[in-house]
Amino acid sequence: MSLPLVVFLPFLGALIAPLFAQGGRTAIAIASSVPALIGLAALFPHWETVADGGSVLYTLNWLPAIGLSFSFRLDGLALLFSLLILIIGILIILYARYYLKKKENIGKFYAMLLCFKGSMLGIVLSGNLLLMMIFWELTSLTSFLLISFWNHKQDARRGARMALAVTGGGGLALLAGILIIGNIVGSFELDAVLAAGDQIKAHAMYPVALTLVLLGAFTKSAQFPFHFWLPHAMQAPTPVSAYLHSATMVKAGVFLMARLYPALAGTEQWFYMVSFTGMATLLLGAYVAMFKHDLKGLLAHSTVSHLGLITLLLGMGTKLAAVAAIFHVINHATFKASLFMAAGIIDHETGTRDMRRINGLWRFMPHTATLAMVAAASMAGVPLLNGFLSKEMFFAESLHVNLPAFLTWLPPTVATLAGIFAVAYSARFIHDVFFNGSPVNLPVYPPHEPPRYMKIPVEILVFACLMVGMFPAFSVGPLLYAASYATLDGQVPEYHLTILHGINLPLMMSIGAFIGGLVMYSQRHKLFALHARFREIDEKAIFDKVVSQLADLAHRFTGSIENGSLQRYSMLLIVSVIAVAIVPILSLGVFVGESGLSPVDWPTGIGAAILIVSALATAFAHRERFIALVLLSVVGLMVALGFARFSAPDLAMTQLSVEVVTIVLLMLALYYMPSWTPRESLAGRRTRDVILAVVAGVGMTLITLAMLTQPFSSISDFFLENSKTGGGGTNVVNVILVDFRGFDTLGEITVLAIAALGIYAMLKDTALTPPPSDGQGHAWTRDSHPLMLKQLARPLLPLALMVSAYIFLRGHNLPGGGFIAGLITSVALVVQYIASGMVWTQDRIRFKYHNVIGLGLMFATLAGVGSFIFGYPFLTSTFSYIKWPVVGKFEVASAMIFDLGVYLTVIGATLLALVSIGRLSPHSAIKSPRERS
Amino acid sequence: MELVFALVIGTLTATGVFLLLRARTFPVVMGLTLLSYGVNLFLFASGRLTTGGQPILGSTDNYTDPLPQALVLTAIVIGFAMTAFLVVMALRNLADNDDDHVDGKQPKQDAHTSKLEREVTGK
Repeated sequence: MSLPLVVFLPFLGALIAPLFAQGGRTAIAIASSVPALIGLAALFPHWETVADGGSVLYTLNWLPAIGLSFSFRLDGLALLFSLLILIIGILIILYARYYLKKKENIGKFYAMLLCFKGSMLGIVLSGNLLLMMIFWELTSLTSFLLISFWNHKQDARRGARMALAVTGGGGLALLAGILIIGNIVGSFELDAVLAAGDQIKAHAMYPVALTLVLLGAFTKSAQFPFHFWLPHAMQAPTPVSAYLHSATMVKAGVFLMARLYPALAGTEQWFYMVSFTGMATLLLGAYVAMFKHDLKGLLAHSTVSHLGLITLLLGMGTKLAAVAAIFHVINHATFKASLFMAAGIIDHETGTRDMRRINGLWRFMPHTATLAMVAAASMAGVPLLNGFLSKEMFFAESLHVNLPAFLTWLPPTVATLAGIFAVAYSARFIHDVFFNGSPVNLPVYPPHEPPRYMKIPVEILVFACLMVGMFPAFSVGPLLYAASYATLDGQVPEYHLTILHGINLPLMMSIGAFIGGLVMYSQRHKLFALHARFREIDEKAIFDKVVSQLADLAHRFTGSIENGSLQRYSMLLIVSVIAVAIVPILSLGVFVGESGLSPVDWPTGIGAAILIVSALATAFAHRERFIALVLLSVVGLMVALGFARFSAPDLAMTQLSVEVVTIVLLMLALYYMPSWTPRESLAGRRTRDVILAVVAGVGMTLITLAMLTQPFSSISDFFLENSKTGGGGTNVVNVILVDFRGFDTLGEITVLAIAALGIYAMLKDTALTPPPSDGQGHAWTRDSHPLMLKQLARPLLPLALMVSAYIFLRGHNLPGGGFIAGLITSVALVVQYIASGMVWTQDRIRFKYHNVIGLGLMFATLAGVGSFIFGYPFLTSTFSYIKWPVVGKFEVASAMIFDLGVYLTVIGATLLALVSIGRLSPHSAIKSPRERS
Repeated sequence: MELVFALVIGTLTATGVFLLLRARTFPVVMGLTLLSYGVNLFLFASGRLTTGGQPILGSTDNYTDPLPQALVLTAIVIGFAMTAFLVVMALRNLADNDDDHVDGKQPKQDAHTSKLEREVTGK
């Protein structure tokens, strides 16, 4: 349990720590340190297990179906990285307390820093690759926020975006790689993956998986050619650079390579890809660092170079090289974090980071200068400091790289050359900043020593550099052994952590690098002049260009599909439906299944023929809108008859009443619209549409035929068996609607209500004047509401209401129910509007349809909630029988209350929609047509 | 019988699709109505075609499949609500744009390079 605790406490802390902002910056800094302190305490008891090469595992199933588990695993490698993250994290919090200005939002800063810390711990402690991937992406996101902390600066925003684009893109590649690995191994659990190294390496997909995983690692660890984001991320506040870009985030890529070392390393592909990338990065970073005038720029490129060194070591393939790589991870984190902090102090106290202006600071801040000089000496690889030890190991290993004979000179040469540059830029850091004359035109003058506590983190880290440098076996020996054990799957080679191994070739290389570096630094002015002759490659410009080209491409692509024409979208939609469906349909092969065809009787055949002819005629006559509408209503009527013919009385009644309402609705709409459609489409488009329509129609015919002639079994027997006993009704359709699937129906009437209210809202303040004539020169009729219709409609209303009440009441047992009764009532009321006009009818209907809808939904919901009172789940229904005089034995089901809700909602929604359209014209609602003309 | 039923659904689909692709709102609404007839009949047909039956217990020996019927019943009502909504959108389009073309009136495409995009692309 302690492992998830270590990972999730920082996230919890991110929520809680900002609450201490009222207590001042010290209070919030202390609060923010708590998660890391608890984390350290929680890891401590596991040391004994891990030191001997054991591992601690905590697993909880999360989504077992996709192999994602909530599993955390602690071994030597994970412990080493956890300690770096936690300890340097605490130092950074202390440092940032003094670094950030008073007006800056330190609560937000600490919250983001803690989120980052938690994500980073998640990466190193995950025991499942998918889980690790989640934390991996979280570090990309949180680092984006941290780099852009000063989001008023455009450079900071751009740098953050670049970092996110590069590391996020790498993250996608990594995800793909992990999925392939998981597919090969059959599990995403780290234990299983590490044990399946041979299986992975023998698999045909291994090169692909390796390339993808390495893409993720290289982008994260700023390896060439993806290194450019790191220098641009230096726009971040310095505590962020010190934490993310020296000790933790950029090490995530290195960590990943070390983590998957047993699973992926040891092949030719690994060797060439990793070691040559590392070599290029090592040299490039060291070279560029020399020529940067920005203090943080120098450190950033030096970081790139050191990351290249670690990568190169991991790529070499020898076991000792892997040990050296891990050793250098520790050393680089300590000296580089302290150097960044020192750079931050100098920036803080002088107001600039330009080394051409910062000179001779020794006189102003000797304490800071001493610390920075020790750390820089470690970076250069001066003996008695930790940087020297791992660099010696690196030099020694570079002599044993397994390369073809004509290339064996390459690694030692590159190593020595990079060493020379490292000495030169370290010398520059020391000499240029602290000596070399007097400060030039500093924004803040004279500079002072920083607050006492701001130096403590630097002191601790520099002390660590010295301790490791002088007593390596004592200070880091056990931890290094445990981490190497985990990386090398237990096969730790013999190695000696001593300061001097005697006079040998690596030592000579070190001495050579040292002298060469000092010479190079002394000749720096000539070098700068030479360097200035070459045009510097501006990675940012290239990156921006690529991004803008991609954006243009995306724009063009989107524009080519999405041109704003709905007509075109409909066409694309139908084309894609056809494209998706056509292969499965053709693969069906036989379209008449085992059941075969049944004979057609005459009435059905004639009905179908009428339907087909009317539908075709609707399409042909669609430009004459009124005629098309009449033909459409014939189709609807035939569909209703079809339902009746094939044993669905409920559907027939629903279809019939909906048909009436729909046609009235369309007639109303047609009143405002032009009554004919102009011929616009070109012949080519019409032909295309006809072809699409025919393909779609033939496809549906074939699917329907295939479906209808297949024998089938249905789940409906359940409903038939339980309708009477469980739902208390014999009309199974109605019982399904109000009981078995009542929740569904509740959702559906809610949709109905929302649609009606949406219609009301859309038309509320809209006025639409109907055209004065029907568009073909015929003026509207001057007749008022026809007398015959008026006289017939009025007595019809009570009759229709009685019928609908009857239909409603019998619905549970015979065809009928809330939906149909509601529609019948609506039709009866609509007839009044048609016959007697808006004003007359509205005068007599004294309630708002909104309220009817609300009441209906309330009844339906209350019928559901009522079940709770009796301790049953939502919408449980009950029923019993009562004896009414005259009517006789009568059944009362609680589902009837629900059905009443359906009834009211249907009436309210239908009429609200129609009345909203009806009163659209400012004239029609007030005046009769006679007055209007 | 099955073939006739399939042809009916095919015709409804074909005419519906054709009208759906027209340029004016009213034919599109009619097209959608035809298409929804077709879809409803198709859903209904998934319970197979039964002659002379009922989904009413005790009234017959020949029960039809009640489940597709229940589904289609609500589909018909919701279909009406959607048709009404669409008609109102068409009317609103007519009121706002003084035109019943389905595309409405669109501003020119190129004018919308926003500030954010400019920053992303660095232009």
